[in-house]
Amino acid sequence: MWDYTDKVKDHFLNPRNVGDIQEPSGKGEVGSLACGDALTLTFRLGDDGKIEDAKFKTFGCASAIASSSALTEMIKGLTLDEAEKITNEDIAEYLGGLPKEKMHCSVMGREALEAAIANYRGVPLPMAQGDLVCECFGVTDLEIKRAILESNLKTVEEVTNFTKAGGGCGNCHERIEELILEVRKEAREVTKDEAAPRKLTNIQKIKMIEDVLEREIRPALKKDGGDIELIDVDGDFVMVSLRGACVSCAASQTTLKDYVERKLREQVLESLIVEEVKK
Amino acid sequence: MSTKVVYMDNNATTRVAPEVLETMLPYFSDLYGNPSSMHTFGGQVGDALKEAREQIADLVGASADEIIFTSCGTESDSTAILSALQAFPEKRHIVTTRVEHPAVKNLCENIDNLTGHKHKITQLPVDREGMIDLQRYEDSLTDDTAIVSVMWANNETGVIFPIAAMAEIAKSRGILFHTDAVQAVGKIPIDLKKTSSIDFLSVSGHKLHAPKGIGVLYVRRGTPYAPFLIGGHQEHGRRGGTENVASIIGLGKACALAGDRLQEENTRVKAMRDTLENGLLEKISHSMLNGHKTERLPNTTSVSFEFVEGEAILLHLDRFGICASSGSACTSGSLEPSHVLRAMGVPFTAAHGSIRFSLSVYNNEEEVEFILDKLPPIIGNLRELSPFWKGEHPGKVGSSQCKCVC
Repeated sequence: MWDYTDKVKDHFLNPRNVGDIQEPSGKGEVGSLACGDALTLTFRLGDDGKIEDAKFKTFGCASAIASSSALTEMIKGLTLDEAEKITNEDIAEYLGGLPKEKMHCSVMGREALEAAIANYRGVPLPMAQGDLVCECFGVTDLEIKRAILESNLKTVEEVTNFTKAGGGCGNCHERIEELILEVRKEAREVTKDEAAPRKLTNIQKIKMIEDVLEREIRPALKKDGGDIELIDVDGDFVMVSLRGACVSCAASQTTLKDYVERKLREQVLESLIVEEVKK
Repeated sequence: MSTKVVYMDNNATTRVAPEVLETMLPYFSDLYGNPSSMHTFGGQVGDALKEAREQIADLVGASADEIIFTSCGTESDSTAILSALQAFPEKRHIVTTRVEHPAVKNLCENIDNLTGHKHKITQLPVDREGMIDLQRYEDSLTDDTAIVSVMWANNETGVIFPIAAMAEIAKSRGILFHTDAVQAVGKIPIDLKKTSSIDFLSVSGHKLHAPKGIGVLYVRRGTPYAPFLIGGHQEHGRRGGTENVASIIGLGKACALAGDRLQEENTRVKAMRDTLENGLLEKISHSMLNGHKTERLPNTTSVSFEFVEGEAILLHLDRFGICASSGSACTSGSLEPSHVLRAMGVPFTAAHGSIRFSLSVYNNEEEVEFILDKLPPIIGNLRELSPFWKGEHPGKVGSSQCKCVC
């Protein structure tokens, strides 16, 4: 059984804003019956340029319905520019989190919003302009690349969880691998370019990272028989190697992301990305 | 969640019958001996095992020495198939179906890695009603075929395959025949003395009111056999590991009960199933039955409701304490609906909204009425939410290029 938060259950059992707005300012439709989930989003813009009302209709599982309901609540009262900034992570966060296999439900909500805004502005949907990668679920390279970048995805499985791409026949797995490498390489280059204007020098950054590791992270890991070693810092990428019990621990990736990365982001730099270097 | 539970998910697992539990309890406390021991204290446990073995053999018309205890249905399936491949190492072809349980399906699909040899796997298709074509089956057999492995009854739809005829055909070609009878044993009469061409048959305890963690592999006398778990002399060297005494004794009792209740299963349970099925199909428009109308287990019904999604239905049913299953993608965590429904060619529009109810002798008419009362409004409400509902010719929504040619 899925581990849904109370907020997901609430929005599933008591969905807000169900229906179609008559003569909407914008309308977005994504998904299909065959794919197993689909969402139609309509909104009406007020004279003040803010979203006055939003309604949805969704075919899909509990998290798809809850994500749609949450989205309509979130965008009411926002300008289109503000609404555009809502990411799938924001939707998931609003709901207190979603099981990782269900993240694509929140992605669908965001895509419907984009489609509705594009419809209002009379412009083509930017994400649909890319090249089709996953034929089974109709996902383009642009959508996949954005998900990799925004949600810091590292594996094909994660990409499937977030976008559904690769969840059917599996023929596109290689292409997704390539996209992951591409995006992460680009991300590194961007962070290198931006390194100069930042306040921290490289030496300062490394010193602070070392300090947090020594002071907080290593003692905590040692309690469970594990340890961590700093290998290198390249722009925002912090390369570490796990030691002791961490090496064989099934939850080590969670530790890395949810604990080590979070601590470093909190105390050193928000943009840091922790990566494991395997020997 | 309310305290009341309406349990109609008996193809997933069943409650341990109170009589079974009672029979098992002494073997957790006073009678803890090892049946292999020389002393009387252990030996008396051995006597009880012997009786259980006979009870199980009786239910399927086998001899006690043809019964091997395993840990589960999956172990029985693996043992049978790998054993047959060892018996005929020069043969590299397996015939099975597209609708098998993962215990057989995934084993066959990974057999090359396990054995280190390249094998050809024929997965026979089924028709729209989930039924197999006997001629096509016969044509698929070759001189290279080592084993046929076909389930007796399907877990999702309850469709019963013509196993006796299929085993007969395999035997006439000198090919070993295995059947995963996990869903069939205890629900329909099985007599291995009459259907004498079956070489291997798998049973799972928890599908017939015995506990989880106990299974049986029937191996016909004279069938070439190689053990899967190698260890001590237990089961005459055919399966190592100290016997799961209490569970074996529980399974013996469960088999005796199942024999007594077979009649009830095929009359009262079947009637309840039919009331439920007909009621749902009648009360809910755009609904359809998945699977053969008559060649089917008496306790199983799989119904699809178009334009709504299975997980959402299940969670609403759960609020009323109603337990069922779905073949939808979202319930499994995969992104595609069940391989059984896809093999049958059930349209995706229906596969995503499929719900399986599987009854047992512990269900009653009030529970059936309760579901018939609760489910139609759930479907109605979810359809109100669905962008596909209302349109008489629903289809693609949005710009998605979803093809899903699976």
